[in-house]
This record gives sequence, C-alpha cells and structure tokens, in this order.
Amino acid sequence: MSIGSAIPGNAGRVNADALDADARGESFGLLALLSPGLFLVFAVIIVPIGWLFWLSLFDEAGQLSASNYARFFEQASYIKTFVTTFKVAFTVTGASVLLGYPLAYMLSQLPRRAASICLIFVILPFWTSVLVRTYAWLVILQRKGLINSWLIDLGVIGQPLPLANNFTGVVIGMTHIMLPFLVLPLYASMKTIDTDCLRAGMNLGASPAATFRQIFFPLSLPGLASGVVIVFVLCLGFFVTPALMGGGKVIMWAMRMEQTTSLYSNWGAGAALGVVLLAVTLALLGLFQWLLGARATGVWSQR
Amino acid sequence: MLLSLAQTALPIGISGIEKRFGGVSVLHDLGLDVAAGEFLTLLGPSGSGKTTLLMILAGFVRANAGSIKVGGEEIITMPPHKRNIGMVFQNYALFPHMNVFHNIAFPLKQRRVSAAETAERVERALDLVQLKGLGERRVDQLSGGQRQRVALARAIVFEPRIVLMDEPLSALDKSLREHMQIELRNLHRRLGMTTVYVTHDQREAITMSDRIAVMNAGRIEQIDQPEIIYASPKTKFVAGFIGESSFIPVQCRDGGVWYEDRKLRMTTAAPSAGRHLMVVRPEKLRLVAGEQAGEVNALPAIVGDVIYQGDSFVCYATLKDGRQLILRDYCRSDVLAKLPAPGEPIMLGIDAQDVVLVADQ
Repeated sequence: MSIGSAIPGNAGRVNADALDADARGESFGLLALLSPGLFLVFAVIIVPIGWLFWLSLFDEAGQLSASNYARFFEQASYIKTFVTTFKVAFTVTGASVLLGYPLAYMLSQLPRRAASICLIFVILPFWTSVLVRTYAWLVILQRKGLINSWLIDLGVIGQPLPLANNFTGVVIGMTHIMLPFLVLPLYASMKTIDTDCLRAGMNLGASPAATFRQIFFPLSLPGLASGVVIVFVLCLGFFVTPALMGGGKVIMWAMRMEQTTSLYSNWGAGAALGVVLLAVTLALLGLFQWLLGARATGVWSQR
Repeated sequence: MLLSLAQTALPIGISGIEKRFGGVSVLHDLGLDVAAGEFLTLLGPSGSGKTTLLMILAGFVRANAGSIKVGGEEIITMPPHKRNIGMVFQNYALFPHMNVFHNIAFPLKQRRVSAAETAERVERALDLVQLKGLGERRVDQLSGGQRQRVALARAIVFEPRIVLMDEPLSALDKSLREHMQIELRNLHRRLGMTTVYVTHDQREAITMSDRIAVMNAGRIEQIDQPEIIYASPKTKFVAGFIGESSFIPVQCRDGGVWYEDRKLRMTTAAPSAGRHLMVVRPEKLRLVAGEQAGEVNALPAIVGDVIYQGDSFVCYATLKDGRQLILRDYCRSDVLAKLPAPGEPIMLGIDAQDVVLVADQ
C-alpha cells in the first residue's frame, strides 16, 4: 500500500489549512505586541522630525520657500559656523584619539581588577553634569585661573596664556567630556584581541614594537573607528561646552540654532539648521559604515 | 626542493626548571632531553604543568630557575622573537586581519626575506600542508582543519630549529583529529624537525610520538617510547593515565608475589617488599576454562555485565574481594558463541608476561 492512497483526498496535506491559520495568528500576535513600541517611535521620533522638516520649508512671512536653505550659501556667517563646527569636531576627535588610545591600551593590558578600578575613574565624570565640569574647566583655565596663576607665580610666563574663552578652551573642555565615549568602545575591542595572536607574532620573529604595529594596532582599528564616529557625531551637535568655553568667539552649529530660534524667533531658519545637521550626520554615519563594511568583508591587504 | 629542516634540527637540553605562580609551585626541578629531530610529547592531565613548560620553552613565561639549551646554546633569557622556535597554538592564533598568504609570509617578512623568495616559500609551505591555491582566502573562510594547516605552515615556513605544538588538534572533531595525527606524523618524518608536542589525549600521544613524557603535578613521571610506556608503566599514575587499567593489590612474600592465596606467575623479578599493585589492562584478560597450567594466571570472578560494542565486547567482572575488572575482546564468532551471562562464575586468565606491578603510593 502506497503512502498516497493512505491519505484520502488532499494527498500529503494533512492539517495544512489549520497550520496556515496558526502561522497567520502568530504574525498578528507579534504585530500586536510590537505596536506600542512602533507607536512610541512614530510619535516621538518620526513625527517631530517630519514637523522640523515641514517648518524649515516656510520663510518668516509663512510662505512656502527655499529661502531657509538658500541662506547657507548666501550668508558668510553660516558658512563660517559650518567650518568652525567641523574644525572643532576634527580637533576634539583628534585630541581624544591621541589621549584615549594610550589610555585604552594601558587599561587593556592591566590585570582585570586594576583595570576595573581604573575604568571607574574613566566613567566617573559621566556622573557629573556637563555644566559643572565645564565651569570647573573655566575655573582652571581662565586668565586668573589655577594654571595661569601657578605659571605666573613660578615665573614661567609673564602674561597669562589665553586658555579659555577661545578655540583652545572649547577643545580642552570638549575633549574631556568626549574621552570616555572613545575609550570605552576602544577598550572593549582591545580586550577581545587574542593574546595568543600577539604571542604568535613574537614567536614568529616580530619584536614587541613590530607585533604592536603589525598585529595589535590593526586589530584595534574597528574599536577605534566606532569610538571616533561616536565622538565626531556628538561634537557636531555639542552646545553647552562651546557656549561657555568659547566666550562668544567660537560659534558652533547648535549655538547658531539656539540663537536663531530663541533670539530671533525664526523657527523656519532654525529648523533648516537642524535638518542640515541631521543630514550631515547621517551622511557621515553612512560613510563610516561603508568604509567599515569594506574593512569587515575585504582582506586588509598589506601588499 | 622541499623545505628541509633535518640539517638544522637541534637537540634541546632542559634542566632544573622551576616555576611558581604566586606561592604555588607548578614545575619542580624539571629536566628533560630532546634529541635532534625527535617527536616528543608532553602528556598529562590539566594542571600537570605541560603547557607551562611549553610556554617557558617558547619564552612567553619566565621560569624562576633552570636552563634551556638548544644545540648547546643557552636560551633561557632570550626574548621570544629571537628564539627562532615555531609554535602552533591551541586556538591556532591566526592573524584575522591577514589572508592565508600573509599569515604564512609573516615570519619571513620579519626576517626581511625578499618578496620573490617569500612567495616561493609560502607556496611550498602551502603545498606541504595540502592547501595549494588557498593563499588569497581570508582566515574566517577556512574550516577548522584548514586553519590548523595554515597555523602549521606558518610555524614551519621559516625553517625553525624547533617546533612546539600546544594541543593543536583539540578543537577538531574526532575523525579529522585522527586524520591530522597521521598527517602531522608524516610531515614530521619528512621534515625531521625537533618537535615538542603537548596533549592530554593519551591515544594521540601514543599514535604520534617517538617518546612520551608523562607529567603529573609538575614532575615527569616517566619518559619512554610509547610501547614501553604502555606495556611497562613505572608508576600507578602512568598506568592509570595511559590506557584503561584496573589495579589489584598484591602481597610480596617468600620471594614471590601473591594475590590472596595464589602465587602469581610472572616473567619479571618479584619485588622483595613494599605494597604493590598489579596493573590489569582489559585486552590482556581473557576468559579461560578453569585453573591453568604453565605461564597463565587464573583469577575467579563473577560476571557483572556484558556490553556489546559492535567490534568488541566489554565484560565487567567482580573478584571475590569486590574489586571490579574489565575484560575486552573482539567479537569473533567463537568468542561470541560462549559469552558469559551476568551472575555466572568465570575464570579470568592473564599471561605471566603481561603481569605488571607498580608501587602503591
């Protein structure tokens, strides 16, 4: 007796309809469970961004126009803000890498217990308000601040160094705040580097310095890249520190937005600034993703 | 021309090695000589110090005392990158950011070998480990066995004086592991490099080695050829660690060795005194009919369980004193025809030449 003849009618399709209905029911159930989350994302992310974009399309007279965007090309002060923002972001990211890489490397080489104690010191500033930390830097860096008065008392300098209320002050203050955002992902990726790989490097004839250069450093690059992306993107939209430490001389993107909306009540122009910042940030993230994606899928050839 | 390490293979002289981690001593005054071109296996349970010894040989761990001489030259304080010793790591430790070619070329690059010669030698090494044409593959595109071969090629491509291997096959599945054992042994025969191999797998050690050093608690218990280690273990630990063994306590009196009231027939000289154990291997026992004459000892026992395993069967039998012995034999039809039933009294026979005694510590 063949199997086909054992099943009457709908051969080989036992319970097919019931199983289909069950699968549909499960999909609906999952959708129902997701809906509160989806609704929240829609209400607090999609709608406000859409509204922002909508606002940016109207000029001060309430007429639909592209004048808010045309401003970026016409007014020199906008271009200057744009350049300043990127200059600060690049410098702060660079300073964070210079300070953060050795720090993360040291942490990754420490014994577990010592490393976790040191990590607490890295994370500690997170628990203090950005405002408090920025004022603390002002106290340290200003004309009659700690550093200048010490250096003058010691006779190292005659005139106080211009450390606050300028570009230098902004970079110092922001680097301090950004450092943990670089160190934490970098440390995490350094911890995953197999010590046997480093041992293998030395075993095969590479000196400790050569092993670092040829093995440890390349393997730490993905962590470094994610830290750099986080710091850079955060820098682009940073407000408090440049506002306080810049002394009105360093105007960054977010400060210009604040001026436009609260000082001049020009919501259309402010919204356009927001849209452009968002677009630039997304473009940068996309670029990094593309570069890192190529890294992850292609061999890092040395030829 | 093949890679040939035979001319450069050097002997290793290890003596007086001591190592403490914190207050815990893991190697005690350890000495060991490895002949040039020899395949020596350090065999022992985890924590016996075998990997620590290998790490000291490679230079990754600093000993507290001792000497390592390679071809007469002291290397105990030499940094690892100057030792010119190839090593295969347990997890392969391939460089994930380089392809197969660059992984294997790495040691040559450090030695500033020209590009043309590098390409040629990497090609030869790939050929040797049967990975021809895979140079451009990424490491994560390789199977476990292929990674193993790349690690091996990388460890021998620069023609090191010595090759160390730290449980290199432990991550492979059983059939591949057995295949690689044979392949590694053949490769060693072809290249003739002095090899120190670490494993906790006694079968692997027996299959591959010229000599086996059995380690326990930071000491070498016995160092001998595999056949000697298996047939004449010198200590209870070695007998228990290599192969399956049952131990039967015996008495030494009147110039003979006695198990209860039976004087054992044996071909070696009886120890004069001290507590001893007879080492009984499952395959040395056989079923015999009644008391035996000549050079066979017979021990009465009761059958506990008989387990059929396809090619062979295992019989658990209990001696009068309650001790359990294991008997294993192949399933030949004549043996199968008269398999004992559980509860049946039987006689277990063991040849006089197979009686091995070890001291009972």
